[in-house]
Amino acid sequence: MLGAKGSIATRPKITRVVSADTNVRARLQEIWRSHELLVYLVRTEIKVKYKNSVLGLIWSMVAPSMTLAVYAVVFGAFLRNGMPDFVIYLFSGILLWNFFSTGILTATGVVVNNAGLVKKVSFPREILALAAIGSAGVFFFFQSCVMVIFLAVLQWAPAWSLLYLVLVAMVPTLVLACGLGILLAAVNVYMRDTQHLVTVLVGSAWFWACPIVYTFQTVQTLLSAHGLTWLYFANPMSILVMTFQRTLYGRPTVTDTQTHGPLAVLPHWPITTYIWGDAAVLGFGLVLLYVAMVVFGRLAGNFAEEL
Amino acid sequence: MGTTSVEVQEVSKRFRLYHEKYTSLKERVIHAGRVPHEDLWALRGVSFEVEEGETVGILGRNGSGKSTLLKCICGVLQPTAGQVVVRGKLAGLLELGAGFQQELSGRENIYLNGSMLGFSKRDVDRMFDDIVEFAELGQFIDNQVKFYSSGMYVRLGFAVAVNVDPDVLVIDEVLAVGDERFQRKCMERVKQFQREGRTILFVSHAPDLVRNLCSRAVVLADGEMIGVGSPGEAVRLFRERLLEAGDVLGAREAEAALDVASHEMPAVAAGSDDAIALADVAPGPSTAMAAEAPGAPFVPGAGAALDQDAAPHVRPGHSESRPVRLTEVSCLLPPGTTRRYLLPGEPLTIRVGFESSRAVDEVVYQLEIRNDVGLALFATDTEVLGLHCAIEPGPGTFEFRLGSVPLLDGAYDVNLGVQTARGMSDWREPACQFEVMNPGRATGTVAIPVEAGLVSPDALALRSEGTVAS
Repeated sequence: MLGAKGSIATRPKITRVVSADTNVRARLQEIWRSHELLVYLVRTEIKVKYKNSVLGLIWSMVAPSMTLAVYAVVFGAFLRNGMPDFVIYLFSGILLWNFFSTGILTATGVVVNNAGLVKKVSFPREILALAAIGSAGVFFFFQSCVMVIFLAVLQWAPAWSLLYLVLVAMVPTLVLACGLGILLAAVNVYMRDTQHLVTVLVGSAWFWACPIVYTFQTVQTLLSAHGLTWLYFANPMSILVMTFQRTLYGRPTVTDTQTHGPLAVLPHWPITTYIWGDAAVLGFGLVLLYVAMVVFGRLAGNFAEEL
Repeated sequence: MGTTSVEVQEVSKRFRLYHEKYTSLKERVIHAGRVPHEDLWALRGVSFEVEEGETVGILGRNGSGKSTLLKCICGVLQPTAGQVVVRGKLAGLLELGAGFQQELSGRENIYLNGSMLGFSKRDVDRMFDDIVEFAELGQFIDNQVKFYSSGMYVRLGFAVAVNVDPDVLVIDEVLAVGDERFQRKCMERVKQFQREGRTILFVSHAPDLVRNLCSRAVVLADGEMIGVGSPGEAVRLFRERLLEAGDVLGAREAEAALDVASHEMPAVAAGSDDAIALADVAPGPSTAMAAEAPGAPFVPGAGAALDQDAAPHVRPGHSESRPVRLTEVSCLLPPGTTRRYLLPGEPLTIRVGFESSRAVDEVVYQLEIRNDVGLALFATDTEVLGLHCAIEPGPGTFEFRLGSVPLLDGAYDVNLGVQTARGMSDWREPACQFEVMNPGRATGTVAIPVEAGLVSPDALALRSEGTVAS
């Protein structure tokens, strides 16, 4: 069976160098060579997570739906923010946020949790972090399906002509999540506090710093009064979330269900502003990813002994 | 041929040993920049090359850096300095089944593990049936791995690594898995790899295996490479190192055992010692005291010299029943030898010093040679040899002269006893030890001279000697 493949001596071989200084390019090449492993790891992660559970993947839709329901009731019904089909607005933000937060939260602990693997098997360790983001991507896909159902049931039309913006926002989110995930995964090996810190920050502060539950318009006046608008957009997720909402909720101004007057939900920026904002985040994300790769490359050499 | 498959260039690896590990943020801040640590150089400037199609063994004691070196070659660890260049796909077996996911089935794990070793789904598809067959899993292939027996688990691990078509196979002491039949199968597969021209690097504690499989071997000691060469030479170097450290001779363990014995039972040991001492000085009057002494503990003799402290194996009874005591047993290499070991077939003299409290006219000396697992290889005594020995009171010396010791590699124990008509008078186990090193490539225990060759039918017809043995 092995003889059929021709001589071992003459077939082409890849040369691999193991040393203390590996450059980012070499690492990227190795990651690319292991792309199949990435697929397997994502599949494994999801399979293992829902093994022996009756509902399986449905849980990945139940949990965010629950959050959605709570916020919709509290803000839509109790606090009466006056937005028609508030749940759609909410869902557009949460959809993107969940992908990002689940991704980096899982990625942070991924090297530590796979200590057995890291200590015994050689493969580009970044793959582990990427697989965590990848599995978050799978959940994102399933939640998107739920979103489609919501849109259909509530007969809410997104901005069809702007649908490409979904991709424009997704790419920077993905790059950002990969950069941050890789960085945090490496740092967490040396400082286990990172895991807890990230859980606290991402779970609360960062979530509320994004216009997901509330609208940007509600904080805009306050922000510009103190000249802090720039700070708000220093949070790269703000503009990405807003791009998502601009597409899926689709309307910058709606009719208030309480006063029946106009209610501003999103700023009346031209679409190019959103695109440029996203592009800026993408640029930042790429720089972050590069830095993360450098840091990870430095730290990865000692993973096996630190774990 | 002629191309290098693995180049290890000046590889050094430093481990930081922290006295206290600070992994939390608070501790890091408090101890910023001054975490107390010691540097441990697990590898220091190791360089060697492995040609394509070669099988190279790595020998070394525990802690000599063997596994660290393999991990650097596999890429699990990065060397602190230097680099390793690997040409071709490398499959590392640092631990069998290391990449397995408990929750997944055997089938899924084969694909996962295969891709971890750097093989595509297509590669694994092609090898899948071979892997399952090799691992002898049959219908269990679709069961979750967590329900596998440990045997099934390691068989699957081995099967994946050796069936996915690597260019370089790196094995860390994992060849001894499964039952004997499976081990044989593993060895056969390794030999098939050799025939196919794949490169194999492996770490082993078993010099026999290195001799058997390798074309070359590297010897590590304390992180440094002390030699590279033919397997016979490397094994000799490795064992000479062990000898210097006094490990194989077991002297250290024997001493430790002695320490424990005398430490744990001081009263008993003292009591019996007294009894012996008294018996030596004045055989008659000591009877009462000797009878009071409780049973002496079993204490193995420490190396060659037996001192007065070592209590004999036999029950101390009436001194009349054990008048002869062994004082010193030594293994003497042939005169003029500067080595500390024998070559196969060399003569050996075992010199026994004894002391008798009275004249005995019928003494039998017993000799036993055992290997490291306690198998008796040879036993004889002076009665069997037809020797009549009578001894006078006081010290004396006796010798067993072995004309030839046809043994191969190993450390061997010599047990000695002296018996009188009234029973065993003294017994030392082990009384001394000797070491044999084989410069050739034969493995096993016994050195048998061999000639081999083809026989022509004519010669066969002409020959009439010998019947078939079985």
